[in-house]
Amino acid sequence: MDRQRKVASRTAALIATLVVILSACGGGATQSPAASTGTGASAPAASASQAAAASLAPCGTVNIAVNPWVGYEADAAVVGYLLQQKLGCTVVKKNIDEQTSWQGFPTGEVDVILENWGHEDLAAKYITADKVAQDAGPDGNEGVIGWFVPKFFVDANPDILTAKTDPTILNKYAAQFKTSESGDKGQILDGDPSFVTNDQGMINGFGLNFKVVYSGSEAASNKAIQAAVDAQKPILVYYYTPNWFSSKVDLVHIEFPAWTPGCDKDATNIKCDYPPYHLNKVVSTKFATSGSPAFTFISKFKWTNDDQNGVAADITSNGMSDDDAAKKWVDANQSVWQAWMP
Amino acid sequence: MTGLAAAVQPRTTISVGRAGQLLVVAIIFLAGFLVLQGTASLPHRDDSQVFLTLNGVRDWVDANRTSNPVFVYLLGPIRAAIDGLDDMLTFIVKQLSWIGVMAIAGTLAFALVSWRTAVGVLACLVTIGLLGLWTETIQTLVLITNSVALSLLIGIPLGIVAGRNDRFLAFITPILDFMQIMPTFAYLAPLTLIFLIGPASAVIATLIYSMPPAIRITALGIRGVPVQTVEAAASLGATDGQVLRKVQLPIARRTIGLAVNQTIMMALSIIVIAALINAPGLGESIIVAIEKLKFGDAVTAGIAIVLLATVLDRITASASGAGVPAIVAIGPLRIPRRTVRAIAVAVAIVALAGGALASAGSSFPATWHVSIAKPLDDGVRWVELTFAGLTDSVKNAVSAGLLDPIQTVLTKSPWWLVVVAAAAVAGIVNSLRAAIVVAIALLLIVALQVWEHAMQTLTMVIVAVVLTMLIGVVLGVWAARNRVVSAVLRPINDAAQTLPSFVYLLPALALFGPTRFTAILAAVIYAVPAVIRLVEDGVRGVSPTAIEAATAAGASRLQMIRKVQLPMARRSLLVATNQGVVLVLAMVVLGGLVGAQALGFDVVSGFSQRNFFGRGVAAAIGIVLLGVMLDRITQGTGQRRSTRSVVGRLGIGLNSNRVSREAG
Repeated sequence: MDRQRKVASRTAALIATLVVILSACGGGATQSPAASTGTGASAPAASASQAAAASLAPCGTVNIAVNPWVGYEADAAVVGYLLQQKLGCTVVKKNIDEQTSWQGFPTGEVDVILENWGHEDLAAKYITADKVAQDAGPDGNEGVIGWFVPKFFVDANPDILTAKTDPTILNKYAAQFKTSESGDKGQILDGDPSFVTNDQGMINGFGLNFKVVYSGSEAASNKAIQAAVDAQKPILVYYYTPNWFSSKVDLVHIEFPAWTPGCDKDATNIKCDYPPYHLNKVVSTKFATSGSPAFTFISKFKWTNDDQNGVAADITSNGMSDDDAAKKWVDANQSVWQAWMP
Repeated sequence: MTGLAAAVQPRTTISVGRAGQLLVVAIIFLAGFLVLQGTASLPHRDDSQVFLTLNGVRDWVDANRTSNPVFVYLLGPIRAAIDGLDDMLTFIVKQLSWIGVMAIAGTLAFALVSWRTAVGVLACLVTIGLLGLWTETIQTLVLITNSVALSLLIGIPLGIVAGRNDRFLAFITPILDFMQIMPTFAYLAPLTLIFLIGPASAVIATLIYSMPPAIRITALGIRGVPVQTVEAAASLGATDGQVLRKVQLPIARRTIGLAVNQTIMMALSIIVIAALINAPGLGESIIVAIEKLKFGDAVTAGIAIVLLATVLDRITASASGAGVPAIVAIGPLRIPRRTVRAIAVAVAIVALAGGALASAGSSFPATWHVSIAKPLDDGVRWVELTFAGLTDSVKNAVSAGLLDPIQTVLTKSPWWLVVVAAAAVAGIVNSLRAAIVVAIALLLIVALQVWEHAMQTLTMVIVAVVLTMLIGVVLGVWAARNRVVSAVLRPINDAAQTLPSFVYLLPALALFGPTRFTAILAAVIYAVPAVIRLVEDGVRGVSPTAIEAATAAGASRLQMIRKVQLPMARRSLLVATNQGVVLVLAMVVLGGLVGAQALGFDVVSGFSQRNFFGRGVAAAIGIVLLGVMLDRITQGTGQRRSTRSVVGRLGIGLNSNRVSREAG
């Protein structure tokens, strides 16, 4: 199966190369916007759907910010693929982090953020105060942030789950989570610096004998988890779902007393877990008022954590390109994406 | 501090008096720590006033970007011009297609250097194509060309002025220091604020980092012209302009060629970080691969960078024409180089036209790609699984035995005690002036309210420098005394200096976890090659007469090294230490990405989160101040400040050995 696909894609690439060479010989051949960014092999499909979409306003260019995690890349893969193939848009993906993405709204460098995790401060500035961006509704993914441990640790020490009612149970295990970086305390490994963390506040609030250690990047956290699982050693990490890496290692969420509005107001003393995140899309006002069918499409775009994890796993573990993974999902989920069409 | 002092001054060269003074400082410092610890320490606070003020500056820029005339009429057009240049280059390279690019590169190498180099250059480029990274390599090449062209356009004239005018050199040197030690991360976010996301920001980020060597080396070249020659020309009635054009520039030509070469190497070393603001190319390939924990893909892209660096190095290293014979011998044929160049240009034009017609816009054929990722992944996985236990105990021993005690002493001592002790060390090994500079630098760190994190970072830098010097001196001496070792080390050094550190971070993280130790390891790998080269060069430079005399006197091998070779290579050792410090500092921010915390992490999070912008900028300036302080301490008693600081900043690239010879 895999092999067949590889042969097929190679043939497609070869044909695409030939097509490009021939069109170059022709000289000045007009390229459709879709063909200029999409793969050559799928160009015929694009022109067909363009004809179908002819009644709509022209799509033009859509600048999608791609933030640095694979779940987001999966969003961008599917949305980008459909915008190109079905609506004839020119899609420009920009690999930048979250803050830089928001900075791009007022200048028109960024039209769309597909998966926004909270960011009240940025929303207050760019949506409420400057009015250069607006909320485009949920993308359907439910985000969870919290403290996680490998499953084997929970199996061996099931009472750690009672942290939901009594967080101080963690102190019993502090010594096991000690590392060279945490001194005489247990280590909670925080990750990507672009994520908001309440961990120090929670340590203070719950009275935990732990120290926050920043791994500095998602890759560093993932590698640390992988090494701990390899060696069957305990590790306590700040983590989140959906996330492609959770399909590779079995992590269990250690829940704390549930979040209630306002319980995390004092950042230095927090006595509750992280709030649930309803991830949403944010678009620039300029894009929203442009009349582009792409805006309507993106407003309707909504899928599940399972959808996203499936595409993300194809991209990371199964070695597919973004476009191939998107095509696979699109072919298998006609009814889902038909509902997003303008 | 004692550790640093010991590393700074090779034992054999310290007079008893000075060593005694250092010992006294150390004893007083430790006694002070024991009595006063916990008092007047400056614990870190995230809500310090300095950070909030810097946030305010950021907000002002954000608010005024579209209305303030500076942005609208000055920075806007600059951005548009650079973006235009980028579009143009991209278009040209696209038209050339892969065949055309290879034709030009091969021709340049043939015409400027030799047919051997041309074959090597073509082999490198074909390998890049086979690895499946042609498109990315070309994107990187466009970025490099763009920023290097601008660097040279601005840098060489400034370098000429700095070469002819002492006051200008004195004025610009601290600015250049600042540009090179200031972590790129710190200005990435502000750059995208001003120049937006796109080629302009990436080019300017690269330019800030790669221009200083262009200025420094050009100035060095102009200053290297013998005074007598200049005076002779002047006495014959040559005007200022004539002296420059007819005497100084021609004589300095070879060194200016080196400036071009080093500028390119510096630019290449920054492309991975530029990828964080959407600069396309090989840097992006590495970032994406690391995000997905794909070691094999990261190494593949890293190899492409090394190959591209080799191509650019080989072509530009001899571009100044020095050392190239005027007659080219191909077998029995002897052809004047001028004819060769004409033929080569003609061949290139034909190849270009042919390539453009046949395949305009095409990339290297995908069907030829060969993937090496799988065996690399499997290999590194085996290493990770096999050695994890062993590496863990090494890491724990170093952390508990070395890092923790030093860190405790530095962070828990009263801040004024640290300032006084550091200034005293600088005064003893260097001068009163250095002591004052060191004290001011540390006081500014206090004022920036990043003291505790700065002391944590200083701890890591001290340990990394000590390890770097130990490894570097041992391997350097060994290489100087043994040609085989030297030949084996050279390509390893080249790779260690050009391969982006990001590439080997994944296995390092698996083996040592996100810890200070991993950060130190990365810094040591990065800094050791330059130290090896400088030490090897210095020991080789010891006069044969001295060695013969010592041999005749019956010195053993160890005595020879300790009593003759190292003392006589003292200047090289000092330069090597100074350079080691600078290179280790350059890795502090990267350390923040792998668990080193402290200033490095502050800078990284300042780039990622709006609320931490102020803390990030303060931390970045803190790193620069630490750099100034360590630079002044490790300068030792050497004079010739200008030469030293030129050498001190040139770790990166394939030519540090050449540079050191040039300066020495």
